Amino acid sequence: MNPSNYVMLSAVLFSIGALGVLVRRNAIIVFMSVELMLNAANLAFVAFSRMNGNLDGQVVAFFVMVVAAAEVVVGLAIIVTIFRTRRSASIDEPNLLKY
Amino acid sequence: MTMLMPAEGVFSLIWVLIALPLAGAAILLFAGRRTNSWGPYLGVLTVLGSAVIGVLMLLEMMQQPADGRTYGQELFTWIQVGGFSADMAFQLDQLSIVFVLLITIVGSLIHVYSLGYMAHDKDRRKFFGYLNLFVAAMLLLVLANNYLLLYVGWEGVGLASYLLIGFWQHKPSAAAAAKKAFIINRVGDVGLSLAIMLMFVTFGSVSFQDVFGVADQASEGTLTAIGLLLLLAACGKSAQFPLQAWLLDAMEGPTPVSALIHAATMVTAGVYLIVRSNVIFTAAEWAAIAVIVVGLITMWMGAIIGSAKDDIKKSLAGSTMSQIGYMITAAGLGPIGYVFAIFHLLTHGVFKAGLFLGAGSVMHGMNDNVNMRRYGALRSAMVITAGTFIVCYLAIIGIPPFDGFFSKDDIIHASFERSPIIGVLAMLAAGLTGFYMTRMVAMTFFGKARWEDDVHPHESPKVMTIPLIILAIGAAFLGMALVYWGDIESWLEPVVGFEENPLPLASWVYEATTLALVLIGVAIGWIMYARREVPVEAPRGTVLTRAAREELYGNQVNDVLVVQPTHYASRSLVWFDNKAVDGFVNGSAAFVGGLSGRMRRYQTGFVRSYALSMVGGVLLVVLALVLVRMS
Amino acid sequence: MTDTVTDVNTGEAVVFWVCAILAVAGAAGMVLSRKAVHSALWIALTMINLAVLYVANSAPFLGMVQVIVYTGAVMMLFLFVLMIVGVDSSDSLIETIKGQRLAAILLVLGIGTMLVWGIGNALAETSDIGLEEANAAYGGNVQGIANLIFTKYLIAFEVTSALLITAAMGAMVLAHREHWSPPPSQRELSEQRFSGDGVKGNLPNPGVFARHNAVGTPALLPDGSTSEASIPEPLRARGDVPPIDHTDVDEVQQITEGRTE
Repeated sequence: MNPSNYVMLSAVLFSIGALGVLVRRNAIIVFMSVELMLNAANLAFVAFSRMNGNLDGQVVAFFVMVVAAAEVVVGLAIIVTIFRTRRSASIDEPNLLKY
Repeated sequence: MTMLMPAEGVFSLIWVLIALPLAGAAILLFAGRRTNSWGPYLGVLTVLGSAVIGVLMLLEMMQQPADGRTYGQELFTWIQVGGFSADMAFQLDQLSIVFVLLITIVGSLIHVYSLGYMAHDKDRRKFFGYLNLFVAAMLLLVLANNYLLLYVGWEGVGLASYLLIGFWQHKPSAAAAAKKAFIINRVGDVGLSLAIMLMFVTFGSVSFQDVFGVADQASEGTLTAIGLLLLLAACGKSAQFPLQAWLLDAMEGPTPVSALIHAATMVTAGVYLIVRSNVIFTAAEWAAIAVIVVGLITMWMGAIIGSAKDDIKKSLAGSTMSQIGYMITAAGLGPIGYVFAIFHLLTHGVFKAGLFLGAGSVMHGMNDNVNMRRYGALRSAMVITAGTFIVCYLAIIGIPPFDGFFSKDDIIHASFERSPIIGVLAMLAAGLTGFYMTRMVAMTFFGKARWEDDVHPHESPKVMTIPLIILAIGAAFLGMALVYWGDIESWLEPVVGFEENPLPLASWVYEATTLALVLIGVAIGWIMYARREVPVEAPRGTVLTRAAREELYGNQVNDVLVVQPTHYASRSLVWFDNKAVDGFVNGSAAFVGGLSGRMRRYQTGFVRSYALSMVGGVLLVVLALVLVRMS
Repeated sequence: MTDTVTDVNTGEAVVFWVCAILAVAGAAGMVLSRKAVHSALWIALTMINLAVLYVANSAPFLGMVQVIVYTGAVMMLFLFVLMIVGVDSSDSLIETIKGQRLAAILLVLGIGTMLVWGIGNALAETSDIGLEEANAAYGGNVQGIANLIFTKYLIAFEVTSALLITAAMGAMVLAHREHWSPPPSQRELSEQRFSGDGVKGNLPNPGVFARHNAVGTPALLPDGSTSEASIPEPLRARGDVPPIDHTDVDEVQQITEGRTE
């Protein structure tokens, strides 16, 4: 079993996550897509760790999870705050910062 | 180069010479109105103090052997940058002491005179502050032991001159004259600063000792360049052709200023500069010839202008130009002339100060009218003024045994020693001097009274007449004293060198010829202006008279050669700035503005659009990575 | 796909292909679902499969963390927020930004192709050292990671703790709603309610005679129409109100009028 398969899977998942970010308007789903991209990156880290025979990749993946958790907390708080004022979770709604 | 003696005893007070008037200026100018009552007297005292110290130094110096009369005093290192250093250091030698005495004694007399002349001016304190400032700067100029410090004094007298010419700045003409003097002097100052830079580049130092010590090692081209630049500086400060135009307008200042600055001291700074740099001019022959040419041209220009002007002060200013032309010519002659340049400078300082102060005294009695056509027959109305004026007049035209006879004759002698052409020109100019000075004296003191109706001529107060009397005594005896008792040639010889060339004819021939020419001039002047009626309105006159009234079109020449091209150039530059520079700047701004106006349409505010462009960027990066890997 | 590793582990290959297909399916489902709740469930599926893949990659610790942190905590947080925002928020799938969808699909396809192709090229010859040795060095995977975290990555670890604290603080600050005036008392609420035009008394109850789940059944008004107000708002918003079953109505009428058919 060649570990590069894992990396390719990671690339596929990453691309799907990017697509989600680009096409979905619901902020929560966009957020989920971002999480998916992070997970894809983690998978790549784990695969690389295995390829190289040391645990550093896993440690980095662990840190990515911690940061992702922090990011989710703050991001969701922002979504709730925006929802509270606009009664909507669409990311196309807050578009005042433009020409 | 003579050895520098340490400044001990009375010579340790060299710095005090400068510090006294400087302190006076500082107190008068900074302490403001509360010094109004006693300030002018303080101003007089500081200069008197310097004069006393100067006299003591002269007496002490005369006790020393001839080669031990150069004293150096170093106060502190002023500038130390890399290989360049300039000290705040002074050098007092036979040349400097002559100037110190001229400046302080004549300066003192003029200060005293000003007490009376400016008695009713509400800015009297400021006037004395400026005068003190001028004296300090002038002393710094002649006492400096390096060119850079000399330059400080040079600029200092320029500043004081500017302030004093424009002292009555409520008159637009005075303000304009001050600016004119300042700007024309800048041209000369550029010459001096370039000369200093060239000296530093060539010799690695700007102190007199170093520069003169190694001057003969430099190429003649460099020395000529330095000499010509120094000549340019001298032309600016001494109102020599072609930078002469400011001096006549400078008569807008109060008359004591004209006497002190624009007759006796500051305008002779150029002569001092050339004589002080004698080593350079002796080595650079063409620069010396240029000096002679400039001197001769100015000598004649000044005399011609002085013959036509009806304004007494401007006529005297023309005379000053002419006399300084003599000095410059003498300074250009080399070792045969340096001594006489200084000698004439000294005597001229005395009698021209007397003439100016006399003119001021006349104006004082004539409601400040300066038009000589409105004078006449004043000899009985103001006896002392007339008497002193006539003594000084005899001195300037060179009647023996008065001052001018000795000093001017020496210059004419020296000119003949160099070349008969120079000698003849100088001799004829002496005749012209006789004419224009006689014209002045005749129009002012003789003939019929042509006074304006409300004028009541009266003699000036004692505080003004006593300085006049002292100056007249000087004008009468100084020349004789210096020649027969002071032995000026051997006094200055260690500093400037002295040599005599044989003359083809006996010297009395030259003296007699000169005297005859002068007497012819006097006779013509007397016939034209004392015997005949002087019209109140100036007649149209010949072409030459009209040109001379216009100052030989010096201003017009400057206007055509400098002012109008400058205007034209600045207008072109304004046009260029408006169209090309601003056009480019505004055009690029408009371009960027228009571009951003279109670009900002892409700032839709939709996060997903931004994310899309990010992904596009990522795609490019990935593509680049893949391509690099493939290659 | 060239496989340079000599000892082909068939079991791992089976696990990989099953989990990979499920993970991709979950990801696709997440993107394609109209309703956010469904998306959340789909991505949970993906994450669980990824956890399995971690374990298969000799990373049992990360696998567990993945399940606990992501599928457990993070996804629950997502669902929680979804509840606050409203489960009704199903997207319309009509794109509002012109060209966005087409461009997005093209770009993502490009990136995906490039990445897969590039990885295939770059990693074809790669080694597979495996983590058995590294895991065994300190007596296990968890011990190995702990060793790294508390020695080599200690500072990063400590900084992460600061990050977490900050994130918690930030979330509290962001979600906090400031009261600018004292909260209305019961009396004020009551006065407000009776001064307005709205319903003064209780809202009508849902239909009670229905055979169906009573909460979802609207009450019938005397004229035979239904009362919107009788249904809880979330159900209404979700469009989850069943249509009136008119056979029921008729039956009820018959019962009340004493008719029998």
